[in-house]
Amino acid sequence: MIVLTGNDLKSGAVTWWTGTHWSIHIEDAVDVGENAATIMAREESSRRVNVPYAVEATLTAGVARPNHIKDRIRALGPTVRPDLTLKPADPDLGNWVI
Amino acid sequence: MYKYDQYDQAMVDARVAEFRDQAKRRLEGKLSEDQFKPLRLMNGLYLQLHAYMLRVAVPYGTLNSTQMHALADIADKYDRGYGHFTTRQNIQYNWIKLEDAGDILADLAKVEMHAIQTSGNCIRNISSDHFAGAAQDELIDPRPYAELLRQWSSFHPEFMYLPRKFKIAVIASDTDRAAMKLHDIGIQIVKNTSGELGASFFVGGGMGRTPMIAPNIREFVPLDQLVTYSEACLRVYNRYGRRDNKYKARIKILVHELGAEEYTRQVEEEFALLLEQGIEPPFAELERIKPFFADPAFEDSAKTVDRSDPDFALWVDRNTNRHKHDSYVSAVISLKPVGGIPGDATAEQMHLMADLAKDYSFDELRVMHTQNIVLPHVKITDLHALWTKLDEAGLGTPNLDQIGDIIACPGLDYCSLANARSIPLAQKIAQRFDETGKGDTLGELKLKISGCINACGHHHAGHIGILGVDKKGVENYQLSLGGSEAEDTALGKITGRGFDEAGVVEAVETVTDVYLQNKQGEERFLDTYNRIGMAPFKEALYD
Repeated sequence: MIVLTGNDLKSGAVTWWTGTHWSIHIEDAVDVGENAATIMAREESSRRVNVPYAVEATLTAGVARPNHIKDRIRALGPTVRPDLTLKPADPDLGNWVI
Repeated sequence: MYKYDQYDQAMVDARVAEFRDQAKRRLEGKLSEDQFKPLRLMNGLYLQLHAYMLRVAVPYGTLNSTQMHALADIADKYDRGYGHFTTRQNIQYNWIKLEDAGDILADLAKVEMHAIQTSGNCIRNISSDHFAGAAQDELIDPRPYAELLRQWSSFHPEFMYLPRKFKIAVIASDTDRAAMKLHDIGIQIVKNTSGELGASFFVGGGMGRTPMIAPNIREFVPLDQLVTYSEACLRVYNRYGRRDNKYKARIKILVHELGAEEYTRQVEEEFALLLEQGIEPPFAELERIKPFFADPAFEDSAKTVDRSDPDFALWVDRNTNRHKHDSYVSAVISLKPVGGIPGDATAEQMHLMADLAKDYSFDELRVMHTQNIVLPHVKITDLHALWTKLDEAGLGTPNLDQIGDIIACPGLDYCSLANARSIPLAQKIAQRFDETGKGDTLGELKLKISGCINACGHHHAGHIGILGVDKKGVENYQLSLGGSEAEDTALGKITGRGFDEAGVVEAVETVTDVYLQNKQGEERFLDTYNRIGMAPFKEALYD
């Protein structure tokens, strides 16, 4: 599957395309199929996202898991600061990222 | 330390106002990201893996307690309560909001700081010896000359769009604590046979994907021609540097392709022309700068410490450096607690370090390129009180230049350029050697980790270097041995095929075992490696 990610213009936060808006939670990411370029152009020009790009991912337990570790780290936060990740209490977090 | 005059302050204030307007226009959609990116980078604002990252310049690594308090306040108010001290003696904040950037720069300007020229193809923050003005072994304090170069290079109209970024280091002792020969220009202040002071120029060094040690292109430039000679070096580079290829655009490639002799010939030709034009700043400017770096009022007092507490004695032995006044030392505050993140400091720790600088070090701190902090002038009789306070705050780790004092770039945990994580590896190695107690048997051993070939973690110059690479989407680590960024500058050699994360921790242990088995007398790891060569290490790692 192909999911879209970028950064929020104001805060810089990593966001994911949900089909209607941008969410900081990768669980909300949807497969955009072949529409990536169209969506990214529209959303960037309207400043709803900054520097978007498409990411290959695999649906894992109902959630898009980016195929590359860099995007998995982007999705949850630095692996060395569990207090700053989106799900610090999740015991399987490390396995999901690495 | 140097205080801004009205011109310095006016320039920085004007830049804050300018950037505030640029950020506002970006947020309003009047500037696209393509238009805005070069503008934000000129002000040290990157878009990194998780958010905007702001890099703040700390000129030649020197700051006072007011500035350190301000850095802590920024961490608290605008970031997530911490900052990261870098291998360029700067500080980075990882979680900055674009809408706050103007306010942050304004807060910095109030304490004579900024983020100008911490990115882009310009002359970056001038670095220097972190013990400058304090070290027993220096000829003179190099910082007035670093400050002169800072003023010359700030907003220099000819050098704002160089082929690539440009880094200068200035030192004034034979002991190199600034990786001087691994800079685009390394300047060592020296004395000639007539006893006159001058500058020895090393040009074309660097790390990155093509590491090179800078050749010495001129042994002695009179100090009243320092800026002119620097200008000549830059002019030749600006004219002929490889703008056609980003990866070949650093000055080291030009010097290498032309040959040091031909590059030097062209610099000398340019230098002669520039001397005729009289571009050197007036002597009065240097005389104005020098008093800012005058010695504080040192006092004679006891020259020894009570060593009855072994933990304190160990910290004194490892984390202090000989001072030019024998009642003082320079004390290193380690930002490398076992299992911690190299170079990170919380706002609380920054406030504490600022307070300690005020109480014990004439209000001065230094950022080391090895990502630690120095209190340059500590009275020997104050050392125990200082250490007690540091230890209570988790800042008293006695590991300067030991295997736990690892340089690590932010790596894939924070950096969008990285291929692999550096920090977890540093943590695991430090923990391994701490748990086994083996770290205490190794003596000086400098281990440096970079998460990509850009080498921000200086892996080429590590006695043991580790480079993170991407192997089909999986983190992999190359090991190198024999590098040094000190006066015995050397580039490490790769041992062979790479390792996964667990494997490279084992490999580091194997390498240290080979060292201990072969060590003679007081040899450091690097000495043993240089004597026995790579073969025994390779054999232990791969056979």
